[in-house]
Amino acid sequence: MKKYWHVINIGIQNTLTYRMNFLFRCVFGFVPLLATIALWRAIYDGRTDTISGYSLAGMISYYLVLTIVDALTAVNEDDWQIATDIKDGNISQFLLKPIDFLGYRLCLFGAGRLVYMVVAIVPTTLFVLWFREDFSLPADAATFGYFVLSVVMTGLLQFFLSYTMALLAFWMQEVSTVIFILFAFEYIASGHLFPLDILPPAVEQVLRFTPFPYQLYFPVSIWLGRTTGAAVGQGLLIQAAWVVAAYLLARWVWSRGIRKYSAVGG
Amino acid sequence: MNAPLPIEPPRRPHGLARYWTIYVALWKTSVTRELGFKSNFILWIFVELLWFALQLSFIAVIYSHTDHIRDWTKWEVVLLMGASHFIQQIFLAFFLTNCVQLSELIRTGRLDFMLLLPVNTRFILSLRQVDLGGFVNAASALAVMIYAARRLQLSPGVAEVLGFLLLAGAGVIIHYSLMFLLACISFWTVKAQGFVWGYYNLFNIARLPDSAFRGFFKSFFTFVLPMLLVANVPAKLLVNKLSSPSEMLLLLGMSAACLLVSEIGWRCSVRRYTSASS
Repeated sequence: MKKYWHVINIGIQNTLTYRMNFLFRCVFGFVPLLATIALWRAIYDGRTDTISGYSLAGMISYYLVLTIVDALTAVNEDDWQIATDIKDGNISQFLLKPIDFLGYRLCLFGAGRLVYMVVAIVPTTLFVLWFREDFSLPADAATFGYFVLSVVMTGLLQFFLSYTMALLAFWMQEVSTVIFILFAFEYIASGHLFPLDILPPAVEQVLRFTPFPYQLYFPVSIWLGRTTGAAVGQGLLIQAAWVVAAYLLARWVWSRGIRKYSAVGG
Repeated sequence: MNAPLPIEPPRRPHGLARYWTIYVALWKTSVTRELGFKSNFILWIFVELLWFALQLSFIAVIYSHTDHIRDWTKWEVVLLMGASHFIQQIFLAFFLTNCVQLSELIRTGRLDFMLLLPVNTRFILSLRQVDLGGFVNAASALAVMIYAARRLQLSPGVAEVLGFLLLAGAGVIIHYSLMFLLACISFWTVKAQGFVWGYYNLFNIARLPDSAFRGFFKSFFTFVLPMLLVANVPAKLLVNKLSSPSEMLLLLGMSAACLLVSEIGWRCSVRRYTSASS
């Protein structure tokens, strides 16, 4: 276990090497959030009714909580790095070392998220304070507990899926297009652009059968109290099932890929 | 015996003509490069189309719950999105790859070779590669704009279309100047991909109707980073929403100002260059 702590340490230091770059990413990341909130304000301007049960405050809360969850779970450079490691033959060393590549990358991912969290805590807090009148907290401690549990699973699901996509580099020269195509679907179907329950019910029902809502929307809906009662437990179970499925897929693709691996340049 | 004919050195074009010849050569190599990765080329076009469709579906979802955002109706916003995408794709075709590569050239020290070439360094850095997919995507943006214009029953005249193209060109210059300036930051911090990709977040603002914004946000993205002018002004010209012609002058003025600032920034930055690994 000790070696993995070392990996986490390396991950933190790697991220901090180019801290300006990193800080800039964090800060600029907030610009679209501001824009989206302004857009919704304009839409709610002069209307008194709600949109699919969202008041303006509810809508703003949605995007704020979404930003928090995204900061905690989004994969940002891990997939590109894995794909490059495979393409350049750098993973050869992991085949020789007594370290598991998936575990190693998961540690790096965790370390990256940890640093991001620490850096993003200041702007996020400022934001929440700024919009405090519109911001709502989870109804009770249990809800918050379910939220945390769901966020952890969201992070794992995001990671395993990105990891699997990156492993396609065993077969393909260029994986970035495939990654961007999946990312596009994730972006819209995970609730990044708008809450999924403002979609026509039929579309929302279809989405529930995909892993996408569990990559972002689900924990946010727990926090906001839009998923309550038995639906929370049921949703957590489905989410856990998706995590396990994604994990098994990642393992399977790795074992297939490694047979194809030709250790270029090594 | 006849005296040998005096050998005249080949005449080299100079001035603008010379840069034109160089640029044509750069185009040829770019086309050759793209043709080498045909399937990848097509996949990238598909990726961009998908993202464009995604933005449009966002608008469709919003307008299923409301019929206007301040004074903008659905098809006006679609036309604005088309204009924004068009400008972004033209920018991408000519400049984006080159701006992104600048930080890598600095990190590895390969910028040395660029500095040694007997041409203006900024010219070669900015226009080295052409991304042909950008033109295909710009065409799809145009198609969406034309469809939106028909739904709005607009029939812009020649003057309006030329005006749109001029304003769109000014928008492209703004994107280019700001992105180039951001890429120059890598002279200080070495790794600047974060800055460059951070700029992608700004594109998100360019495609939204300007009247949705108020106060500081609006001023900042009009007078400091003029994102709310880039696509809004050209689109407003087409849908007859301009409150006064001064909006067009503002866009042209800001475009010139951005270009000037980026040139100053570039000159200050390149002085700091110390090369690497040589």
